[in-house]
Amino acid sequence: MISPNLSAIFYLISGVLFILALRGLSSPETSRQGNLFGILGMIIAVTVTFLSIGNFSSGFAFVILFILVGGTIGAFIAYKIPMTAMPELVAGFHSLVGLAAVFVAIAAFLNPTAFNLGSPGNIKLGSLIEMSIGAAVGAITFSGSIIAFLKLQGIMSGSPIIFKGQHPLNAIILISIIVLIYLLCLTQSSNLFWILLAVSFLIGFLLIIPIGGADMPVVISMLNSYSGWAAAGIGFTLENTALIITGALVGSSGAILSYIMCKGMNRSFFNVILGGFGGTDEVSSKSSKEQRPVKSGNADDAAFLMKNASSVIIVPGYGMAVAQAQHALREMVDTLKKNDIKVSYAIHPVAGRMPGHMNVLLAEANVPYDEVFELEEINNDFANADVAFVIGANDVTNPVAKTDPQSPIYGMPVLDVEKCKSVLFVKRSLSPGYAGIDNDLFYKENTLMLFADAKKMTEDITKNL
Amino acid sequence: MEIDPLIFRLSIFILSIFVGYYVVWSVTPSLHTPLMSVTNAISSVIIVGAIIAGLSGNSQSIFNTSSVFGFLAIALAAINIFGGFLVTQRMLAMYKKKKKEK
Repeated sequence: MISPNLSAIFYLISGVLFILALRGLSSPETSRQGNLFGILGMIIAVTVTFLSIGNFSSGFAFVILFILVGGTIGAFIAYKIPMTAMPELVAGFHSLVGLAAVFVAIAAFLNPTAFNLGSPGNIKLGSLIEMSIGAAVGAITFSGSIIAFLKLQGIMSGSPIIFKGQHPLNAIILISIIVLIYLLCLTQSSNLFWILLAVSFLIGFLLIIPIGGADMPVVISMLNSYSGWAAAGIGFTLENTALIITGALVGSSGAILSYIMCKGMNRSFFNVILGGFGGTDEVSSKSSKEQRPVKSGNADDAAFLMKNASSVIIVPGYGMAVAQAQHALREMVDTLKKNDIKVSYAIHPVAGRMPGHMNVLLAEANVPYDEVFELEEINNDFANADVAFVIGANDVTNPVAKTDPQSPIYGMPVLDVEKCKSVLFVKRSLSPGYAGIDNDLFYKENTLMLFADAKKMTEDITKNL
Repeated sequence: MEIDPLIFRLSIFILSIFVGYYVVWSVTPSLHTPLMSVTNAISSVIIVGAIIAGLSGNSQSIFNTSSVFGFLAIALAAINIFGGFLVTQRMLAMYKKKKKEK
């Protein structure tokens, strides 16, 4: 058994290692080392916990057993999961962090003596506040992430679920959570604790159902942030530095990602959270249904255009992930490069269903990361490029965002695809994108629509090159 | 009067939020997905609380309600720790620079 002071120092060290793990992600070269720091920090934290308890007689074998069971499942998932399913996986993992926080809070509430927090029915006030906040946020993270997972997995429809009185109801529930925590601290009643958990599960569920599929990048980042705050709440309860540091890191990380995602859509955080965007409201119906002429072409035409180009910019979007077209795309690009055509990739911040989604898919397809550029880095290059190849993206290329103040996406940063000499737009039909608005790009003089499945079209173009 | 230890923990918490803020802004956007999976893994350090709960029984009764919740939390956190770090490793291994041939 080691002294509490010594173990506190070790927890601090593992907290610092976690900071280094995130720090490593500032560039792909240092990132792998960063991940090792994270693993080391975790090993230290777990080992120190064992040493500081020092009582191995009871239940030790079971602790190891459960670690092994969980670890095996986790490792299995990590190796089997396809890269296109990363958003679902992350949402699923968030839900587990949330539920683990809830379970730890329950355990601490039922047996405060083991945690040095007082005795049942007489828990220290500060600890009780901390654990109920941790439990409530954990429960919200859990049920919210489950809904996000179901929506991403397609088990639940991605369209927003809206009903009358939704916002007042949510507000009442949120207030009741605060009241419940207050009453719980007053009475220490275990019934109130269970009610608090139930209500928190409910609000997590209600908060996420009105949010539509393409707003998922914000939702996932937000739940990421919540899982951090839940961990921090538990960290205060357990008086554990590693947990407090980690909770704060993860909490602010998720918050920053949510901010970046909201900015990428030029929408406020509250606008996203209140949900309902992209539903079948007035937005889609108001646009007059006049038939405007579009030019459509086939793989042959596309191959011809590209062969005569000297530079091509690829704009991938969620559709590429759905069609699993990333490998076919890279093969096409390889052929282009053999013909001495310069190719680069342009990634919009909210392309895909989670932050960095497109980058991972391209990396999986062996696209070197120094050919992949963010919006600000590449947006000026469109004017000098010969061909833009839009595959699975839509709203993020819509010039309406720059020209029509009436449009719901007005002000959103978009890729200046229309400035290219010619635009190839792979899409299954002319249907509007997530925002429910028509894309002006379809009707431009220099746009050639390629109506087909993204993967099939890409393969056909490669054959014709 | 002595300062409540809670204040020290609060200080650590607030300062860590600032550290997190600056560190995360320096993360390159192309690594945002690995960032999420690794934050997932490290927030599972909550397993330390689960272990304390799991070992709270005595040798007569290893299982009480509290320790059962502890064991369940251990399993959940372990899924996240192993899954999170390994999937991050797998993703990061794919990020390669252009080959300097030709």
